[in-house]
Amino acid sequence: MELHALTIHELQDKLRAGETTAADILASVCRRIDAVEDKVHAYITLTREAAELQAAAADAAIRRGEMEALTGMPIALKDILCTRGVPTTCGSRILADFVPPYDATVVEKLRAAGAVLVGKTNLDEFAMGSSTETSYFGATRNPWDLDRIPGGSSGGSAAAVAADECVAALGSDTGGSIRQPAALCGVVGMKPTYGRVSRFGLVAFASSLDQVGPLTKDVEDAAILMNVIAGHDPREATSATVEVPDYRSFLNRGVAGLRIGVPREYFLAGIDPEVRVAVEAALGVLEAGGARLVEISLPHTEYCLAVYCIVAPAEACSNLARYDGVRYGFRAPEGRDLLDMYKQSRSAGFGAEVKRRIVIGTYVLSSGYYEAYYKQASRVRALIRRDFDQAFTRCDVIATPTSPTAAFRIGERIDDPLKMYLSDILTISANLAGIPGITVPCGFTAGGLPMGLQFLAGAFQEGLLIQAGAAYETLAATGPLIARRKRERMPLD
Amino acid sequence: MARITREEVAHVAHLARLTFREEELDKFTSQLNDILLYMDKLNSADTAGVAPMTHAAVRGNAFREDVTTPSLAPGESLANAPDSRGEFFRVPKVIE
Repeated sequence: MELHALTIHELQDKLRAGETTAADILASVCRRIDAVEDKVHAYITLTREAAELQAAAADAAIRRGEMEALTGMPIALKDILCTRGVPTTCGSRILADFVPPYDATVVEKLRAAGAVLVGKTNLDEFAMGSSTETSYFGATRNPWDLDRIPGGSSGGSAAAVAADECVAALGSDTGGSIRQPAALCGVVGMKPTYGRVSRFGLVAFASSLDQVGPLTKDVEDAAILMNVIAGHDPREATSATVEVPDYRSFLNRGVAGLRIGVPREYFLAGIDPEVRVAVEAALGVLEAGGARLVEISLPHTEYCLAVYCIVAPAEACSNLARYDGVRYGFRAPEGRDLLDMYKQSRSAGFGAEVKRRIVIGTYVLSSGYYEAYYKQASRVRALIRRDFDQAFTRCDVIATPTSPTAAFRIGERIDDPLKMYLSDILTISANLAGIPGITVPCGFTAGGLPMGLQFLAGAFQEGLLIQAGAAYETLAATGPLIARRKRERMPLD
Repeated sequence: MARITREEVAHVAHLARLTFREEELDKFTSQLNDILLYMDKLNSADTAGVAPMTHAAVRGNAFREDVTTPSLAPGESLANAPDSRGEFFRVPKVIE
């Protein structure tokens, strides 16, 4: 198998055994990018020269006998994570020329762990979307079917991992933006507990919901990346001081005796029958592996999307007020006075979906509507959180489909915002409640598109997600299945 | 019943420092009405006595020691400015 097709742990084994070098691994990934990037368009910026220097440094470190957790691993970053000296665009015209003077904390941590940073991946503008179609830099395509979306907003990261254009990637998840594209591209994606991973240097969308997390080829790689990026950051006020366990220690625990909650509300109308059948089959596999399935109810599930449609834009319109064409970002040259300059710059700099959410957010926070919309949404949010608190007294993890459908066609939902928002209906609840979630591949539709199985756990219980995800992966032998499908069905070669 | 009128959309856009073309205004008004109508669903949730949850973080204020640490040099801070002069950001005339 080509080096670019391997996982972090497989490549690290090869490096340790002296069977390959960081330079060879990077060269393999770069050849793959050259071969398929025209078709997939996963990246906004490639940083090949800097990556070559990092790979050379990794090889020097290996010769000195110094292996860190990610030494020599080509990793991609969603282009919403600040990278010192490398453009960070958020997929927006307004930040098209923005070059951050500092690294996000997670980027610092990847560098310190020896990673080789290959580039910045495409995303929906400011992470607002479920299809990566709203990027100013054009759409990313799903490597499994180039006429379809890769999901979003971390669609570039998911597509890059699926197409072997990097070994692993980081994304951000505000309502499902790691898990939904991971599911639609057939990779693993984890949204950690709110506060588990620092948001310092993650360009803000909705500050009470945003989390950074990994997109990887298997659960072990997710555990490896979580070991690197999790932990307290004094530069981030909501960063948690909770101790970080060794996530790899959860990999081989199996599911015997594990109580898996199955919430009936997540299997109702709107879920594609193929997805439902696949997830029910996955539950059967887990049960056969010794897990105990527990029927549970999350009664306020039907409100999740409406709460999100208020809370996320409300926070976004405040966060995006900073783009005023003064200190950084795009400035329209034709402004008559200061107010006109603001309006011209913002109107030309933001795309339609971002403007839509700014207007919604401004509206639901305006006097006269605040009580009816934002405050009521925040009360219902408390009830959604309470549903999970109660559910986790009866089960250890919850299992659901990740996305109600497999990947849809490019253009299919772009003019119907509500239909687009429904793509995230099964993932939003974790962000509202602040709990962690993981998606693992659980098979393919008859049309050859990947589907995802989502596990949710209580706050700071990422270890249980690793445990359940890794056990399912082993029991269902998804690794070999995906490898074979890639060879036979992925339309890239 | 329309939840938001064309004029209200234009007003909210002004508050958010955005301007819309006529056809954008029509499209947004129609789309925002659909979204606001969908939000009405929240009124059917019984929230009597429920305290609003605005954040998932459990901790209170995050205090740190009051010590100075290195910050960006003026040149770095100004490097991304669309228009700067010396150590200042330049903007269009504010006062007549």
